[in-house]
Amino acid sequence: MIAFVFDILTATIRNATPLALGTIGETYAERSGVLNLGIEGTMYAGAFFGFATAFWTGSLELGLLAAVLVGLVAGGLMAFLTVTLGANQHVSGLGLTLLLIGVSEFGNRLAFGGGQSLRRIDPYPLVDPLELGGPFSQYALTYVTFLAFVPLAWWVLMRTRFGLAIRAVGEDPEAADAAGISVFRTRYAALMVGGVLMAVGGAFFTLAALGSFTLDIIAGRGWVVIALVIFGRWGIWRAVAGALLFSAVYSLQLRLRVTPGWQDVPFELLLALPYLVVIAALALSGRNVAYPGAYLKPYRRT
Amino acid sequence: MVIPVAVVITFAFTAVFVVAAGADPFDAFYRFLVAPLTSPVTLLEVLVSATPILFTGAAVAIAFRAGYYNIGAEGQLLAGAIAAAGLGMVVGALPSLVALPIMVAGGAMAGAAWALLPALLRVRSGIDEVVTTLLLNPVALLLVNALLNGPWRDPETGFPESAPIAASAELPQLVARSRVHLGLVLALAIIAVAWFIITRTSAGLKLRAVGSSPRAAAFAGLDVNGTLLRAALVSGAIAGMAGVSEVAGIQDRLTGGLSAGAGYTGIVVATLGGLTMPGVAAAGLLLGDLRVGAGSAARALDIPSQVGEIVQATLLLVTIAALAIISRRRSTQAGR
Repeated sequence: MIAFVFDILTATIRNATPLALGTIGETYAERSGVLNLGIEGTMYAGAFFGFATAFWTGSLELGLLAAVLVGLVAGGLMAFLTVTLGANQHVSGLGLTLLLIGVSEFGNRLAFGGGQSLRRIDPYPLVDPLELGGPFSQYALTYVTFLAFVPLAWWVLMRTRFGLAIRAVGEDPEAADAAGISVFRTRYAALMVGGVLMAVGGAFFTLAALGSFTLDIIAGRGWVVIALVIFGRWGIWRAVAGALLFSAVYSLQLRLRVTPGWQDVPFELLLALPYLVVIAALALSGRNVAYPGAYLKPYRRT
Repeated sequence: MVIPVAVVITFAFTAVFVVAAGADPFDAFYRFLVAPLTSPVTLLEVLVSATPILFTGAAVAIAFRAGYYNIGAEGQLLAGAIAAAGLGMVVGALPSLVALPIMVAGGAMAGAAWALLPALLRVRSGIDEVVTTLLLNPVALLLVNALLNGPWRDPETGFPESAPIAASAELPQLVARSRVHLGLVLALAIIAVAWFIITRTSAGLKLRAVGSSPRAAAFAGLDVNGTLLRAALVSGAIAGMAGVSEVAGIQDRLTGGLSAGAGYTGIVVATLGGLTMPGVAAAGLLLGDLRVGAGSAARALDIPSQVGEIVQATLLLVTIAALAIISRRRSTQAGR
């Protein structure tokens, strides 16, 4: 029983890593006033270009760097559409997702001939710096995410001038502008930083967890993140807690698939369970939550 | 005027990918857009390819017009397809004249049912429909796969496809030796009726009023939530019919890949069509052309077929960028 709980705990922390990274990224974007539905595509492209670069160069670090660049480009493009041009945020984000998935799958066909022969790389290994085993045996990126990125993301958002600027332009851009904060520059920065976190979250799958790229590798996790940010009411800690909760349900259903007595349940229905849990969590906790004041609103000086 | 300019700009951007794949961009773009229109056989294929996205484009446009962001057409389409396949396998004893209306109504109800939960959460609790409709898309696909790998797996071939539907449940062909089927007429009829309702009736006026300013509509005494709920369910029902059309008109059974992203393409169609029904009809045909053209260009030039998705997504982004620039310029001039 204890071994079972340890297994679930280990898997929960590991599977929550990309979600936590994406959740922080999306929280930054939305706190600045922009809903970034490009997240699904950004994670997908981070996974593909991270993998392809690592495969061709033999360097996982260059793969990670490629994912960072993908995130900067994706966030910058989203900012150009919604901040500079003031285009509809829903459609911009969905269009960006369709574009990035299309480009990734195009590149996959071109570089690797599609999905027939599964190319593999040697992914990042598990590390256990304290030599405690069990839940402490994780990827370095998981350690960095939870011990560094999450607290740092909270500190930057709540305790620094940059974080204050993000919150100000997302709440009341006119007032922020009057106070000398550049709404454009702040939103660009929030979207590009957010894009990097999303793309690195995607690259976690190919560079660490799997060591290979498969079609539909993100499988709607970007949409899950959109829900987790609402569930977290745009706070870092609550959103990351939501990511761990989702991941716990996800890991539990993975485990149930191989548990005697549960094997007759179609695995597709178990796989659908985490999505339904997220919707239920939103239904219970998301009643009439207060969105950031300038959410979905393009800003223009008048 | 916007769309032709957007098409040219899109081709300039996407030429990079065609060149990267080692093909001549001008040749490729001729094959994308023009070639499908030059022979009767491919012209009919354009209509086949346009059929599902005419449904989903209309579905998305109706919801967006009301200010309800239904991004779940993909899942609603699959729900309609499940219902069509389920009904199609049991209505064999009935004549087509009875079986087909049952199929269409069943698929529409399934699509509306798949749209119901997000709509209720939105109007009852104020929960964003974008995220709930999106999250139900993978759930619908998993349900299809569960059926095809489980109880509905074809008993004869063992493939993850359902058994074929009854002959009387198939939508009849419109043109001999082509795949054009009655679903196309149904889609165009739906678009015509939706056009009439939106532009010529009080229900349509309410829909437009709620969409342009829910607050003003509420002050005017309109039932905002009721209007949103109806728009969401009608949208889901029409997306469900797209599933019926694909199952009963093309596949004759439930298959895992039958949607081919038609639910998401509906968002592209609705946006390119400016959320108007004539626009949806025109944009549906344009993207049908593009889908057929991208497929044949990919085969002829040996470039990845995903170039079609890249062109489609770029066209969407260029179009909304152009629309945003135009509306800014207008508001600047009005301000002077």
